Amino acid sequence: MKYIIAIIQPHKLDAVMCALENAEIPLVTVSNVLGRGRQKGVTEVYRGTKEAGSLLKKVKLEIAVNEDFVAPAIEAITKSAHTGEVGDGKIFILDLYEVMRIRTGERGGVAIG
Amino acid sequence: MNTGDTAWVLMSAVLVFAMTIPGLAFFYGGLVRRKNVLSILMQCFIIMCVISLQWALFGYSLSFGPDTGQGIIGSLKWAGLNYVGGQPNADYAATIPHSVFMIFQCMFAVITPALMIGAFAERMKFSAFLVFTILWATFVYDPLAHWVWGTGGWMRNLGGLDFAGGIVVHASSGVSALVLCVLLGKRLGYQKTPFRPHNLPFTVLGGALLWFGWFGFNAGSALAANELAANAFVTTHVATAAAGLTWALIEWQQHGKPTILGTVTGAVAGLVAITPACGFVNPMNAIFIGIIVAFICYLAVAVIKAKFGYDDALDAFGVHGVGGIWGTIAVGLFAEKAVNSAGANGLFFGGAQLWPQLIMAVVTPLFAGVMTFIIYKLVDAVMCVRVKEKDETIGLDLTQQSEAAYTVIE
Repeated sequence: MKYIIAIIQPHKLDAVMCALENAEIPLVTVSNVLGRGRQKGVTEVYRGTKEAGSLLKKVKLEIAVNEDFVAPAIEAITKSAHTGEVGDGKIFILDLYEVMRIRTGERGGVAIG
Repeated sequence: MNTGDTAWVLMSAVLVFAMTIPGLAFFYGGLVRRKNVLSILMQCFIIMCVISLQWALFGYSLSFGPDTGQGIIGSLKWAGLNYVGGQPNADYAATIPHSVFMIFQCMFAVITPALMIGAFAERMKFSAFLVFTILWATFVYDPLAHWVWGTGGWMRNLGGLDFAGGIVVHASSGVSALVLCVLLGKRLGYQKTPFRPHNLPFTVLGGALLWFGWFGFNAGSALAANELAANAFVTTHVATAAAGLTWALIEWQQHGKPTILGTVTGAVAGLVAITPACGFVNPMNAIFIGIIVAFICYLAVAVIKAKFGYDDALDAFGVHGVGGIWGTIAVGLFAEKAVNSAGANGLFFGGAQLWPQLIMAVVTPLFAGVMTFIIYKLVDAVMCVRVKEKDETIGLDLTQQSEAAYTVIE
């Protein structure tokens, strides 16, 4: 089992959700996050005063998948979130030690989806 | 007595009420960081409570009561609203009940100290703020209102003109705000870490309500539903429009983008500048006053403040102080008797009105500044005006009010 964390451009969320759906991976947790990469954020101007280095708005997706779905999930996200511009985001893939469904108490691969 | 006049001035009092809460409260509230928004709303709201009572108990009498002889202050004869009832007072407004004039003026007494909140935002202790505000209203606003508007007031006798409060309200509070923010010191981290407005839509909402309420502030100051009120209404509107647009254009040229904060700020500067002049100038000159104030206030806010490094947090001085002084001088340039026969002719209309205006524009800041200094030092000696460092870091909402504006988790 893997735990996939993807940081993407907010305006790409709908496209990514659609691509995951088509890859039969409907389960996802989404949150609004702030961050910056090598581009170091944006500069804002308030009454003529510049405030540099503001964090950029991003969207974070978290998906737990069985091994069979790892490659399709990564492909779906990469293709749908790609613009080629700086700031497209990143995908992190972590080993997932255990999953438990709260309602039934099931554990492991059967509890994941 | 005239029912039309009475209705208009009562309505105008409501409009000016709305300028402080919710107008100014949200204009300022949106500009601070989210940990301090409630402290701003609370300060604006409690000023409405406290100064309204001060006004009824003795403030109105000090400002507009019978002169004590030197043109400096009114007597306490009208304290507790004695002699302030349904009968008109012909010295101030012959066609409306005296109590209507009093309550209209009450709203001015309330908003004036509230304007200063913009300078000391995010770092003043609530208890000290309350004491300071009451003393400032009593020893700065009330005498000034008497000098300029009270029967027998020395500036009024000098021929000084201030239609709706450019000098009494805006220059006085703006200059006091500057003194306050210098004495109080900068907010922790000012000019080292970014300070971003936490909710600009609030600021736009508040700014729009200020423009809305200002029609009562200025056109209501005609104290009648007549041509003068109409002129004040029109000049107020076009000067504000001109100032808002001009500020946006300045930013567009300077930074490549016009901002909504800049446009609203410009509009407020326009409202401030036209305030003393709205009942004395014609609409075309009002537009000119509006264009000029945008340049002057932009310079004060974006260049001069940064250069001297004082922390006028929300630009109470840069907008109200500077704009009010320019508007007061502008009366001396553009006033014409063709607009208001009870007014005077300014420099461009062959009159000598510039001199009394200049005297007002110099004496008022001096008086307000010195008095603010004295009151601040007194209050600071007794109760320490600034919050503790730790409290400032945590935020005034939690440390002064024990409340939080926003929940993150339901």
